[in-house]
Amino acid sequence: MNINVATPVSASWYEASARQRLSGLLDKDSFVEFIGPEQRETSPHLSLFNLPEQFDDGMIVGRGRLDGAPVWIAAQEGRFMGGAFGEVHGAKLTGLLRAARDIGSMPLLILFDTGGVRLQEANAGELAIAEIMRAVIEARLAGVPVIGLVGGRAGCYGGGGLVAGCCSALAVSEQGRIGVSGPEVIETNRGIEEFDSKDRALVWRTMGGKHRRLIGGAERFADDSVDSFREAARYLVARAPAMSMATLEAEQSRLERRIARFGDLDDALDIWRSMGARDAEAIPGMTYQDFVVLANQLEEPRHDAR
Amino acid sequence: MEQLNYRHVAAKRAKGTQSQALVGVVASGNLEVLVERTLPDDECEIDIRTVVEGFGEVWRAVVADFVERRSPGGLKLSINDGGARPDMVALRLAQAVRAVEGERS
Repeated sequence: MNINVATPVSASWYEASARQRLSGLLDKDSFVEFIGPEQRETSPHLSLFNLPEQFDDGMIVGRGRLDGAPVWIAAQEGRFMGGAFGEVHGAKLTGLLRAARDIGSMPLLILFDTGGVRLQEANAGELAIAEIMRAVIEARLAGVPVIGLVGGRAGCYGGGGLVAGCCSALAVSEQGRIGVSGPEVIETNRGIEEFDSKDRALVWRTMGGKHRRLIGGAERFADDSVDSFREAARYLVARAPAMSMATLEAEQSRLERRIARFGDLDDALDIWRSMGARDAEAIPGMTYQDFVVLANQLEEPRHDAR
Repeated sequence: MEQLNYRHVAAKRAKGTQSQALVGVVASGNLEVLVERTLPDDECEIDIRTVVEGFGEVWRAVVADFVERRSPGGLKLSINDGGARPDMVALRLAQAVRAVEGERS
């Protein structure tokens, strides 16, 4: 389907719609959508709750070209139900990942923008997450680099955070947030002493893109632009680690080292100081260029793990 | 959920050859419009699904104004509405026609 959307190359990734991100990321007019909105493959559950449907159920899947090279691509629309995973939304991504597995080698990009599972489709949504995680691993075993891009307004939370954790590599912008339980969920369950969700500075330095990049939760830091995410996607596709027992063991020991190093620290600022950042307080306010330099000084991203 | 359907005679065929386009998003105060070039050149159909019930007359007026201004002959417009106000609806309808006519929206 030919979707006509205006996308200035400097457009903010955070502000852009899922379709604008897709068309800006891929070579001009190269996107071919599978199960497009004209097929009206909408959620079978939402009408039971008298909630409106969206023709693509908030998930756009297809193939296209990234600087001439063919890629599979999926994008979540974070403004429709917070980009949450429902039955159809999830099945479209599962199907794309299985196609990628069967063809082999052609990379797959997931443009995350999600709060997690759609509560109205609870069980179907949870099952979708499980199916997607399995499909990501199967695709990676078949040699498919699965790259996640996180920079949308809903961040990447809940089941989306789990799926992101299964990817070959992630790129995140400052605006992107990656986690499983979101700030409000943690505060509700563990109390305001544990996590004050109203403290925006705390939320951003705990879950935001800069912290994720510094502690190795994401391999690449992107500026909030379509161009920067395209550069990050290209970089990560070229360097995605192969999926093997050795990779898994390397990832396990990387995570063990991380817990040993940072597990007793209370705040992201303490973690950054212990990594050697002289002026940790200045990191949240740093420009993209300055932060990339600092992050590379503090720790080179490692690609032997994940 | 209320379903509304309006059919109009359009004075002119919508420009261009693109078969379909999609604009907007289903969110609070917003709507999506899927436009498909599937009808005879002098016909236009607008199909609406909205969760805000009882505003058929407002929709009728907004749609009639849109058809008169844009003359969307040959187009079927399907709307999923998240409770958009009439001004937002009018803008999205105009944007949808521009998109299928091949202009950058």
